[in-house]
Amino acid sequence: MCGIYLDHQSACPVDPRAAKFAEGFQREFGNPSALHSRGLAARVALEDARVKVAQLINAESPETIIFTDGATEANNLAIRGLAQRNAAKGKKLLASSIEHISVLNPLKDLKKMGFDMSLVPVDCAGIIDLTLLESMISKDTVLTSLMYANGEIGTIQPIKEASDLIHEKGMFLHVDAAAACGKIPVDVQQDGIDLLTISSNDLYGPQGAGALYVKPGVRIQPVIFGGGQERGLRAGTENLFALAGFGEAAKLAKQEMAEESSRLSPIRDDLIKEILKIEDAYLTGHATKRLPNHASFRFSRIEGESILLTMDAMFNIQVSTGSACSSRTLEPSHVLLAIGLKHEEAHGSMVMTLGKSNHPDQIPAIVAAVNQTVQRLRAISAMH
Amino acid sequence: MAQIGYSKKVMEHFMNPRNVGVIENPDGYGKVGNPVCGDLMEIFINVKEDKIEDIKFRTFGCGSAIAVSSMVTEMAKGKSLDEAMKITRKDVADELEGLPPQKMHCSNLGADALHAAIKDYWVKIGKIKPEEAKTEEESHEGEACGTD
Repeated sequence: MCGIYLDHQSACPVDPRAAKFAEGFQREFGNPSALHSRGLAARVALEDARVKVAQLINAESPETIIFTDGATEANNLAIRGLAQRNAAKGKKLLASSIEHISVLNPLKDLKKMGFDMSLVPVDCAGIIDLTLLESMISKDTVLTSLMYANGEIGTIQPIKEASDLIHEKGMFLHVDAAAACGKIPVDVQQDGIDLLTISSNDLYGPQGAGALYVKPGVRIQPVIFGGGQERGLRAGTENLFALAGFGEAAKLAKQEMAEESSRLSPIRDDLIKEILKIEDAYLTGHATKRLPNHASFRFSRIEGESILLTMDAMFNIQVSTGSACSSRTLEPSHVLLAIGLKHEEAHGSMVMTLGKSNHPDQIPAIVAAVNQTVQRLRAISAMH
Repeated sequence: MAQIGYSKKVMEHFMNPRNVGVIENPDGYGKVGNPVCGDLMEIFINVKEDKIEDIKFRTFGCGSAIAVSSMVTEMAKGKSLDEAMKITRKDVADELEGLPPQKMHCSNLGADALHAAIKDYWVKIGKIKPEEAKTEEESHEGEACGTD
């Protein structure tokens, strides 16, 4: 049986067109900081990638894009860089309770440096409570960090509404759009975003590349020091091979996103409809405000790592889980706990994220595999 | 190179678990773990001439939890009760060609469940007092889960 890959949230294949485009820069190597002809050629390629990424999010100019080695680094640069640079203006930090760990951990670390950090709760579908957000912002709130869409439950946040509140009562808004960019339109100007994180691999570019958008006029400081690349905000010779592929992938995403999303969302809807027919199966995240490629569930009385292993070993279908047992820390996903699940409920999670390789013909095989997996594990289970 | 993922033996037992099920009116029954932690195991035994004649298990948990349960039933079947009491968590993990370090505690409850079932039997036949059956596994509660 041919495999079905349903874990695009964890890793995407590189689009062959982006890979082919980037390939040229393995031969035509050069350091973008060098002044000779090889260096200048590399510089041209780097700036071309910057233009393409800027266009994907409708940034004011290519100069707003700071390349990093991924979304985790971009999140660290956004949080630490903005908070520390603007500490004189205020030391209060806010974030939603379902932010990625690469947002939450730098925030926690800043607490050691005298910053005050609070988490904005979400409802059972994972949407931030705007009324509560408003009440939590004060004039000292220098940074609020919210994700555009959540990778584990697929929920899309009301970013524009949050931005209006934040800019009326507080200061800066950072948005982690790693899961959203390339799947739904993201427009930093229309949404009023000050800092935005983008991941290359999430939009079919190579791994090891990402970017932070920094709105003109917003000041941040670097977290990595060295040779002054990327306007002094991210030192280190740029990973030209990955960034060229990232740029090309961003261009393709801009051109093809609408069509691809409308191709995938009916597959998502069918999967949700069919899988929810299983006894004691529940959707996690919002029913409609969710990423077009995202279907996430929980099943009572069984555990997610067992689901993942069975789906892989018996059916060659790769899924993900927020179960504690599959995490390094053995803690259940903080996202699933934040939407109000009990520990034993969070253990039974299964996440499917669709991508370019998926098509409607796969739906019956996926649904049958989930049915048999759940049946098999419930037959073994000691919970009744 | 460090082992990546589960051993072949763990996957083999996970995919084809031995002795799954229930014994109606068993001679001994043990239940350990906590669904909050993600692992709950129960073991049923029937005893004949002081030997484990039949053994069944049911487990809620991750891949290693299911493999551990399967393996411990296989190891215990046919053994005398005293021998079966000597089976340790480490013995089970070794028979499975190792478990990932973070799984050594949380999901390695098979030996505990087995011992609980044997003690349950010994209480029933009056060999030990109920308070003596308060077992090692109770002292393990919450140890690896970290949520209580």
